[in-house]
Amino acid sequence: MSALWLLIIILALAATGFILGRGRAVASVGGDRRKLHSLPNYYGFNVAMLALVPALLVLAVWVVIQPIMINANVSGHIPDALYSDAGQLNLIMSDVNRVADGLGDALRQGVITAEGIHTLDPETSDLRALLGSVGVAIGSDISADILTAARLLRDQSTTGQRAMTFVVLVVASLGFLAAMRMTSGTFRARNTVEYGVKLLLIGAASLAILTTVGIVLSLIFNTISFFGMFPAADFLFGTTWSPEGRGGSEHLGILPLLWGTLYISFVALLVAVPIGLFAAIYLSEYASRTTRAFAKPLLEVLAGIPTIVYGLFALTVVGPLLVNVFGADGLGWMQGARSVMTAGLVMGIMLIPFVSSLSDDIINAVPQAMRDGSYGLGATQSETVRQVVLPAALPGIAGAVLLAASRAIGETMIVVMGAGAAARLDLNPFEAMTTVTAKIVSQLTGDSDFASPEALVAFALGMTLFVLTLGLNILALYIVRKYREQYE
Amino acid sequence: MNDMTKIEKVAAMQDIKITASGVQVHYGDNHAIKDVSVNIQDKTVTAFIGPSGCGKSTFLRCLNRMNDTIDICRVSGEILLDGEDIYDKRVDPVQLRAKVGMVFQKPNPFPKSIYDNIAYGPRIHGLSRNKAELDDIVEKSLRRGAIWDEVKDRLHAPGTGLSGGQQQRLCIARAIATEPEVLLMDEPCSALDPIATAQVEELIDELRQSYCVVIVTHSMQQAARVSQKTAFFHLGNLVEYGDTDKIFTNPEDKRTESYITGRIG
Repeated sequence: MSALWLLIIILALAATGFILGRGRAVASVGGDRRKLHSLPNYYGFNVAMLALVPALLVLAVWVVIQPIMINANVSGHIPDALYSDAGQLNLIMSDVNRVADGLGDALRQGVITAEGIHTLDPETSDLRALLGSVGVAIGSDISADILTAARLLRDQSTTGQRAMTFVVLVVASLGFLAAMRMTSGTFRARNTVEYGVKLLLIGAASLAILTTVGIVLSLIFNTISFFGMFPAADFLFGTTWSPEGRGGSEHLGILPLLWGTLYISFVALLVAVPIGLFAAIYLSEYASRTTRAFAKPLLEVLAGIPTIVYGLFALTVVGPLLVNVFGADGLGWMQGARSVMTAGLVMGIMLIPFVSSLSDDIINAVPQAMRDGSYGLGATQSETVRQVVLPAALPGIAGAVLLAASRAIGETMIVVMGAGAAARLDLNPFEAMTTVTAKIVSQLTGDSDFASPEALVAFALGMTLFVLTLGLNILALYIVRKYREQYE
Repeated sequence: MNDMTKIEKVAAMQDIKITASGVQVHYGDNHAIKDVSVNIQDKTVTAFIGPSGCGKSTFLRCLNRMNDTIDICRVSGEILLDGEDIYDKRVDPVQLRAKVGMVFQKPNPFPKSIYDNIAYGPRIHGLSRNKAELDDIVEKSLRRGAIWDEVKDRLHAPGTGLSGGQQQRLCIARAIATEPEVLLMDEPCSALDPIATAQVEELIDELRQSYCVVIVTHSMQQAARVSQKTAFFHLGNLVEYGDTDKIFTNPEDKRTESYITGRIG
């Protein structure tokens, strides 16, 4: 029985539990629902909850752990002579898995019988052709060892599935029965359900946090293993980035990438901050209600455009436009369409709604009393904005800018398409440069060995980015929080 | 005898600072002020009283065109300040508001230092030639706001750190600093405790020496304590306007009497 069927069965059990539990509670007080401690539905929910939740948890854990344990067990049976390191063992195990799956498919399609699987002999029958006929392509001939392992894997999986079905059903029934026993007119079902809801919410929150922790840990461990192969000082302070060179002469210095990242982000902020801020001031202080009602959503549409579209825009519109002016025909500062300026300008456009939307909210949060006070003293609108509203909103605006900055630092697609791929330490904004994010993409999308420094450096780069943006975000939150209540 | 009254009348006419005639205010479809005409005297405290929503604050805000900042508000009729129509096209509302200062219901010091709060108006209007003059204006305004002694040692502390009553006196001092001719106060004591209220009322009484003060208040006792003239508003109409003593002791209109004896409002 598959996990899906099992899920349907316990859901059905929970639904039945709801109806029965509700009925039992009402019956226990002779049909007078006023005598119940809680509303009848709560008794139903209580039974459904106890039947469903523990069983689901067991099911979820089992589905995750079973393949891991079986894999570990089966790989122990593979002769040591077949592999020399963990990477080869992984390859063998994936073959074993494919063969096992293939055998399962063949059995289901009637190409082979259950008996036949056990009597298969790789020496006499063409196993590869057999599996191919059911749609499973195997790269090489299947050896006896692999076939044995696959058989073992199949057997253990089948046993595991049976055990899982049994255990889950038992847990569900136990929960169901226990809840039914509890159900009586005086049982505080409402409180129990409330507690259950609380646990559900806690679970959701901790899952999100644990995922973050998991991602950070994986970054940290991979970074550490990278620094095991490559000197940290060369990475952090190296001024050359040329991962192509094999062997000891490799240069993986982060500085050119970091420079590119910061330079492009700087240009982007130079575009986004004034325009976004002015737009926010117009929308919140000057625009009439009707203008605001259509202008603000329109501006926020910018935020909904996928970054790859911005990338296209950079590559096909902004880049050529800049080349026309600053290229060989114009001022001669620019070699090609890809440059810091191209990516920076387009990224700035992308960030405008970020800055404007956040600043607009913050400016609106400045109490009207401040503006009235200023107008009442005979100040004009722009004097009021400059001298009262903006100073009052400044901490929040600084926070918005920092959030935009961390967004700019983490941006990838625009940079990949608009800034080029050359890692360079240069001051000319019309040169092509590249960023940390773009290099992470190129390091991991190639077919390089995953355990090599060339690939692992991506994690160190990711870690650097993470630290950078985390720092910016913390700083932004700190600023916003510290000055938030200033004008209350 | 007849001559005397005529002379007195002329003298009274000369003392009139603001003349409003036939003022109508609409908020969208809502007719908030209905044909209000009133003469407000200089060097006098005039109180506007009336139940909530009767239009007294709205009318006050017409006097310095603060209603201009509200999109849906329309004002018609004539309001003269020293004989000049303040709703004339040639009048700059910004300049007008420098002449007609305003203090609000809730103390609203800017999130700046006490000094900068006071210096805000003079800086905008260029009232000082140098730092020393500005210092002088700040000190004088704070003294007239009756708050100098409390803040002179911390002029550069934020104005928001003061107590409610101090903040309101700071706001009054801030309004005085631009050297207005008229001071409008929109329920200046409604957010203050009794002690702070007493201080602000005492201040209002002193300000009468040099300014035309118009105060909107919910408290009839306050109107009786601080004002010489009282105007009673009801449902957007100016019901009765006259000497404070007379309004409170011998009102002509039934509605006024009902209100001051606590039967309506």
